[in-house]
Amino acid sequence: MDDKPKTQPRKAGKILLEELTGGPPEASRSGRLRRVLLVPVLAVVTGLLLGGLFIVLTSEEVYAAFGQGLFNGLGTSFLVAGRAYAALFTGAIGDPARIVTALQSGDALAIRRAFNPILESLVASTPYIFGGLGVALGFQSGLFNIGAEGQIFVGAILAAFVGYSVTGVPAILHLPLALLAGAFGGALWGFIPGWLKAKTGGHEVINTIMMNYVAFRLSDWLLSGPMKRPETFNPVSPTIEPTAMLPRFFEQPIRFHLGFFVALGVAWLVYWFLYRTTWGFALRSVGSNPSAARYAGMSTVRSTILAMSLSGALAGLAGTNEVLGVNHNLAMAFSSGYGFDSIALALLGKSHPVGVVLAALLFGTLRNGATRMQVAAGIPIDIISILQAMILAFIAAPAIIRTIYRLRQPDKGEQIFTGTWGGG
Amino acid sequence: MVGTTTPKQADKAKLAQMMVGRQVLLEVEKPEEKPGDPVLQVEHLVVTSDRRQLAVDDVSFEVRAGEILGVAGVQGNGQTELVEAVTGMRAARGGRIKLLGRDITHASPRRVTELGTAHVPEDRQRDGLVLSFTVADNLVLSTYYQAPFAKGPELQRESILASAQERIREFDIRTPSALTSAGSLSGGNQQKVIVAREFSRPIHLLVASQPTRGLDVGSIEYIHGRIVQKREEGCAVLLVSPELDEIMELSDRIAVMYRGRIVGLLDADEASKEEVGLLMAGVTPEPGAKPRKKRKVEVTL
Repeated sequence: MDDKPKTQPRKAGKILLEELTGGPPEASRSGRLRRVLLVPVLAVVTGLLLGGLFIVLTSEEVYAAFGQGLFNGLGTSFLVAGRAYAALFTGAIGDPARIVTALQSGDALAIRRAFNPILESLVASTPYIFGGLGVALGFQSGLFNIGAEGQIFVGAILAAFVGYSVTGVPAILHLPLALLAGAFGGALWGFIPGWLKAKTGGHEVINTIMMNYVAFRLSDWLLSGPMKRPETFNPVSPTIEPTAMLPRFFEQPIRFHLGFFVALGVAWLVYWFLYRTTWGFALRSVGSNPSAARYAGMSTVRSTILAMSLSGALAGLAGTNEVLGVNHNLAMAFSSGYGFDSIALALLGKSHPVGVVLAALLFGTLRNGATRMQVAAGIPIDIISILQAMILAFIAAPAIIRTIYRLRQPDKGEQIFTGTWGGG
Repeated sequence: MVGTTTPKQADKAKLAQMMVGRQVLLEVEKPEEKPGDPVLQVEHLVVTSDRRQLAVDDVSFEVRAGEILGVAGVQGNGQTELVEAVTGMRAARGGRIKLLGRDITHASPRRVTELGTAHVPEDRQRDGLVLSFTVADNLVLSTYYQAPFAKGPELQRESILASAQERIREFDIRTPSALTSAGSLSGGNQQKVIVAREFSRPIHLLVASQPTRGLDVGSIEYIHGRIVQKREEGCAVLLVSPELDEIMELSDRIAVMYRGRIVGLLDADEASKEEVGLLMAGVTPEPGAKPRKKRKVEVTL
């Protein structure tokens, strides 16, 4: 009874923490913050350490060094892993020395190039934010949306279609129209399995997987015929009108565009919706305990359909973002598994919009840095997938992290999101 | 250790006193009933169970304002389905349910709640609470969309919190704060959260299913007191419990359910425990009223 709110910002922060922890408040704010961040941060650190081991194990240089003696081998191991991660860092954030030199020279192009890595990381993070929010909204409603990848494709198809077929419309109308079309496409692809679940009990996991295949083949067919660019044999759609493009902030080669800020705005909207509105309250109630929600007069049917549609709309925006902001056309297999990675990062972010944005930034940064790591250090880009997989494994099974680092076992009230899949 | 005693010396009241640390009223003080107009009227109700078997078979009764009707019976004789039908959780296959004269046979749970029904479900953790939510959120689980808890679509956090502080004080819920998750409270305090939520709305009908299942004597005393208080306020109470003692103690009239039928409707003052117990076991005094075989109902959707 000592938590009587005194000032607005303090209370808001407190409630935010409460939602993130999902458990009883502890004495100090730092104690609670620590508890929220501890497992995800340790999971990332452990993942990076084990990733280093994989880098070492796949390096021929290391094996050669071990042939010359144990200490020689160990030294080279650290050198190889360090070099790889240094390349990852400079690829993702930028080379500090280069930034300083560029700023001193005052050359605009040099400055842009020096800052490009970090801006490129943000570009890579943007679809992850949208996709992660979509999957997280599903989790919060007790639904496991595996169909984000399919929803990304359908969103991209509609956005691209509106992007190139509507002409002679000012950007102020064309861009929102294209964004809405993309969101609608994803929403449609989420609505169908949501409706099936609510009305027939057909499990959303099975149905979203099936909807994925339909979406992949649909886009393949469209790109080989109806939506194919006429002047080429490649399965690529026509380039969208400039009025439908998400504006870029800098000149070439920087691709950083408005989509990133749209994503942050949408993240805020999702937060507001889930935690500040009656609809979100009902959605989260149904997600946490469908039976009690029904007893309290909430409609599980409406909640399921609404949650899957919104989840799909958010995933659809991920595809839309890639079409309108980066590629400016629809190409076959343009999404390299954003939808599936989104499941991982929704878990990493504990299905909270703030957590999802942070996790998306991490995933985008890793993926962007990995490209540089491949070029500079000769480490295959797939190592990042292994890294992400291990981080996800540690997040999904926090007991491993708690055992390794001898942490206290969680309290009864702590939420385990993976425990509510399928609304069980 | 507050004391030891031997089974021979101890009686219920003494043990209860030792457990709680003060005198416990095992018998609730209950003023004379002054029943008013009928609040809940159930006519020829037929309900099927999840397995599509006949669970409630042509049941009729009414509960008047200011009266507690206890439904006794061994668990699984249709009480759960009866309560679910009355609260809108389960569709009736036949018959009618009326609340204050209005037909609610096919009303949704929300509509039944809005018409002034409170429901204490039999499984508090499964049906009564969202354990991962805070106490404050659980206290508005059925009214979160109404003023002053919401303005348009937006939740009013401050009024939810303020109302929660009030309920916590009023119903003596032992919790570190209103923002503690309901799952970390004791069973008795979890039940108090439900009681606080359901009892603090303006209600005409209270449906309480096993309201004291698995609780300690102190909490049982408290909840029984609250139920009788609602009766005093003129609320109609439908109490369902397999605990014969609870039924005998609180009810004004007792309906005994056996295999989906009401096999006896007794005045609590005249009924004896033995009589109710025999009825619960299916032994009916009238000749010819033998327990019937379960009928399977063909359901066409």
